[in-house]
Amino acid sequence: MAIEVRIPTILRSYTGGAKVVEGSGESLNDLLSDLDARYSGLRARLVTDEGALHRFVNVYVNDEDVRFLGSLDAKLSDGDTVTILPAVAGGAFGFAAAAAILGHHGTAGSAPAR
Amino acid sequence: MRSATPGSRDGPVTGAPTDGRLGHVLSIDRSIIDAIVAHARRDHPDEACGVVAGPVGSDTPTRHIPMTNAARSMTFYEFDSMEQLRVWREMDDRGEEPVVIYHSHTATEAYPSRTDISFAGEPGAHYLLVSTRDPETEEIRSFRIVDGVVTEEPVRVVDATVDPNAVQSYMFGQSPTTVDYECSGR
Repeated sequence: MAIEVRIPTILRSYTGGAKVVEGSGESLNDLLSDLDARYSGLRARLVTDEGALHRFVNVYVNDEDVRFLGSLDAKLSDGDTVTILPAVAGGAFGFAAAAAILGHHGTAGSAPAR
Repeated sequence: MRSATPGSRDGPVTGAPTDGRLGHVLSIDRSIIDAIVAHARRDHPDEACGVVAGPVGSDTPTRHIPMTNAARSMTFYEFDSMEQLRVWREMDDRGEEPVVIYHSHTATEAYPSRTDISFAGEPGAHYLLVSTRDPETEEIRSFRIVDGVVTEEPVRVVDATVDPNAVQSYMFGQSPTTVDYECSGR
């Protein structure tokens, strides 16, 4: 089952520079595990230690944000396109407070680029 | 004419991309800067945000795209995820990339906060900050943010509204129509 996955610039170091890769899986969770087998480290950039989708990235299945599709449980079908984009956010607010607002509890020290 | 050479730098320059694509100065058209500042003033006291797209690899911002601040906050901004998907796809279709990502700080200086640095996910982009804390003063600064390392760069505002290629001819010549915003050297 082939699913097209579009990789943003900041994560292409994991895919040997590839902008589009293919993977398989019946859910987003399965797909990310499948990709991680070939592109080691990619999954950890998208999923927190607690097993939730990272707040710093947006993931879409076709035209829908996966947060509206059950996040990592989002179902995938052959021919779907998964797009990953870095969330664009910031502001003058203190980081800890912003992270709390965003529901990013307990991981305020783990910047995405680490 | 004042020099566009960057002043002293804080962080290691080695954190920057080494492919030579990014210059050490952001050259941007006066009309785009005016539109960004107008957007920031309009949304004040909330933070405003947006993108300036340009042809891939050109390092030239040409198309201003104001974005909705989904957070509608005085101290935080966030692109709406669906609007971002639409705009990023549109850039992809047109052979463009986000050359500039901008937002405003409405009560503090135009310098990246820790939040800005933590979220910065486009290593190829110029992060432009506008402060609207003073209604009379235009406060604009530009940074690259790569792997958590912030490098300020000068902003050169160019009056070249007719022919975008004219920007290039101004780069090395004398021009009374350019304005260089020096780095503050902090």
